[in-house]
Amino acid sequence: MIPAAIGGISVVVVFGLMAWVVTSAEQWPRIKLQFFNIDAMIAAFPRVLQGFWVNMQVWLTVLACVLVWALVLAVVRSLRAPWFAPFRLMVVIYIDIFRGVPVLLLVLLFGFGIPALNLPGLPNSGLFWGAVAMVLSYAAYVAEIYRSGIDAVHEGQRAAAKSLGLSEWQTLRYAILPQALRNVVPALMNIVVALQKDVALLSVIGVRDAVREAQIYTASTFNYSSLIVAAGLFLLATIPMARLADYLTRRDRERRLQIAG
Amino acid sequence: MTTPMIDIDTVTKYFGDKLVLDRVSLCVAPHEVVCLIGASGSGKSTLLRCVNRLVEYDYGTIRLDGMPVDDPAFGKTGLQKRAGIVFQSYNLFPHMNVLDNITLAPRRVHGHSRAEAEERGREVLARFGMAGFAASYPEQLSGGQQQRVAIARALMTRPDVLLLDEITAALDPELVGEVLAIIRGLKDEGMTMMIVTHEMGFARECADRVAFLDGGVILEQDTPDRLFNAPQEPRTKAFLQRIIASGRL
Repeated sequence: MIPAAIGGISVVVVFGLMAWVVTSAEQWPRIKLQFFNIDAMIAAFPRVLQGFWVNMQVWLTVLACVLVWALVLAVVRSLRAPWFAPFRLMVVIYIDIFRGVPVLLLVLLFGFGIPALNLPGLPNSGLFWGAVAMVLSYAAYVAEIYRSGIDAVHEGQRAAAKSLGLSEWQTLRYAILPQALRNVVPALMNIVVALQKDVALLSVIGVRDAVREAQIYTASTFNYSSLIVAAGLFLLATIPMARLADYLTRRDRERRLQIAG
Repeated sequence: MTTPMIDIDTVTKYFGDKLVLDRVSLCVAPHEVVCLIGASGSGKSTLLRCVNRLVEYDYGTIRLDGMPVDDPAFGKTGLQKRAGIVFQSYNLFPHMNVLDNITLAPRRVHGHSRAEAEERGREVLARFGMAGFAASYPEQLSGGQQQRVAIARALMTRPDVLLLDEITAALDPELVGEVLAIIRGLKDEGMTMMIVTHEMGFARECADRVAFLDGGVILEQDTPDRLFNAPQEPRTKAFLQRIIASGRL
């Protein structure tokens, strides 16, 4: 009770002091006008929110594609049959390349480069190709996460499946993957959160997401409050996701402790 | 002479450069129970796993009921259907309940319908006193219960041979009895079994024959009476003396 009170009071005091120091600074009114101008925020809000809606749609679409594509990569990489060797090698090369190149570079390359080719029969929008770049890049990371989960399943599970006559694919499908996926949920959640804000990278190829809309407002008014609005919207989305990730991680650890105990 | 159920003929196995089985030969007649004993690292588990090809041996032949285990006539799953194995650490699938664990192979590998497989599953579970646990998950069961489920899983396809790999080694002492009782019951029904064990009392009581492995070689094999009371090889004597000293015989 008393420690809690001390904690509460000291939080109020420290934060209050910081607020007072900042707001009483000589330059504060200028900072406030530049970044925290309420009128500008209100004016920019509808457009930025509309852009943010694009972010969330792209996020969910890219996320779904990443989870599926990465699973394909991870499965190919973990099948052990000899005739699979060339495919395994392809996946290794893929992962090396797409993990080693900055996402921003890929987004520029795909988002500007491919639409410029005007390939017949393929979509021509920067948004589409930018999103493809994000899928390709993120899937490389997620495939490695899946693989760590697959490797973490005890060898005895494979032995049991094999001794029951399950084929290699059936072993993965029924015995290994369900356990592997459960193992990697906490690690995946961190990727989900990272992706949630990284989709803003698509603004560099002209996709009118929250960041782009905020920049457009900034360009015409020389006021940066619109970017703060966009930042606020991202925080509104990412903080609950991060808390969910923490919760799932904690629950997973408790589950393991229970099994070990 | 009848065809041996398991006929291990000069089998050699290397792990890398290490010789783990050195021209091992051993026959198990139908309905016979043979126990493999020996120190850890002697190759007894490897030998057992060669029989159902969990481990591929390098030279020699193993025949099941007269047919080489790598004969294409077994198909992809025929050998696994006829030789069941139970492991030391149960190796049940933790994400499946008991009934799904034991019906997985009959349904997915051997093409039985769910209804068919579950009927047989419940029957086998009931036999081992596990009827009430069909919907339980492995982590909710004691070690002894999990091992009983693992035995049930191995018996689902009505195999001719049961391979047991130190199946009581991970159990708390008070749970060993319930598992060994099941093995005695299977012996009485005439199941052919190859058993790797550290339970010398059990080997003595249950085995028709005991084989002592040392350094990848079967040093001697005999009836339990003769092997335990009058071992011929100095190494067998030394091994048994260590076991007696630790109070396990």
